[in-house]
Amino acid sequence: MRAGARAGVPFALAAGLLAVSFGVLAEPVMGGGGALAMSAFAFAGSAQFGATAVLASGGSAVAAVVAAVLLNARYVPMGIALAPSVRGPALLRAAYGQAMIDASWAMASRGGGRFDPDFMVGATLPSYPCWVGGTAIGVFAGDLIGDPAALGLDALFPAFFLALLLGGELRSGRMAWAVAGLGAAIGLALTPVAPPGVPVIAASAAALLGLARLDPRQARDRG
Amino acid sequence: MTRLSETGLVVIGLIVTTALIRASGPIAIGGRRLPDRATAVISMLAPALLAALVMAETFRGEGSDLTLDERALGVAGSAAVILLRGPVLPALAVAMGLTAGARAL
Repeated sequence: MRAGARAGVPFALAAGLLAVSFGVLAEPVMGGGGALAMSAFAFAGSAQFGATAVLASGGSAVAAVVAAVLLNARYVPMGIALAPSVRGPALLRAAYGQAMIDASWAMASRGGGRFDPDFMVGATLPSYPCWVGGTAIGVFAGDLIGDPAALGLDALFPAFFLALLLGGELRSGRMAWAVAGLGAAIGLALTPVAPPGVPVIAASAAALLGLARLDPRQARDRG
Repeated sequence: MTRLSETGLVVIGLIVTTALIRASGPIAIGGRRLPDRATAVISMLAPALLAALVMAETFRGEGSDLTLDERALGVAGSAAVILLRGPVLPALAVAMGLTAGARAL
């Protein structure tokens, strides 16, 4: 878990900066208390931004929650991927699930469908105080900070996810490159036509290419 | 319904749904061995999701439009740092700096 914590620090710092921009954007929409409650108890970046955007544009509470669910939907396949590696009573398994964030999940992957759940928890730990603390800074110092986009904060998350992709996932071979390419294409193609969150979860379909790597004899004997 | 209670509903709704979604996979399947076919697909989930996230976050504009803006420059710059085997934090700093710098011009 300590190894995970060390690995999680760079993302935690990036998340902290992003949280500041969330605090700045969310405070006028839902008040500092709402923004802090979201960050402290939901701890879900894209869902928080999505719900805030819906509220800010005058959308209903239902629309905001639906947007959040769509943006969180990728945690379902992520949780399914993680599940075989998580043992113990149901409540403990649910607790491990709460520690899932994109970066920690990706970094906890060990290949062949295996994950290191304790590493994942460790990797998430530094992010939590950075996320809540960053939100607080954004809420209370928003006027000083101005426009988060001017600081280039919106480039942070895609840059980090790309770093994870290039640094880790794509090293596992040509199949990973093909899947990433297809996933990127699906994500890009669906962004203009589908609600936020849907393009990303739809890109999960690209993972089906993995079936092409199966040894047919293995699949027959054990599938 | 006042704005305040609408906000409260959203905050609570977000908290509850997020927790349920995160728990669903491990609760439903925890500890059990999946068939090889499922594992073959699942081991490819990370590249698929990460790639889609990169695309969506780099090019998503107002509403649902695709937008090519300074973010792409920042992301490309950080990718160059990673490909040159640079560490993550400087790569992120490059992303922020290039994006902010290009916007300032």
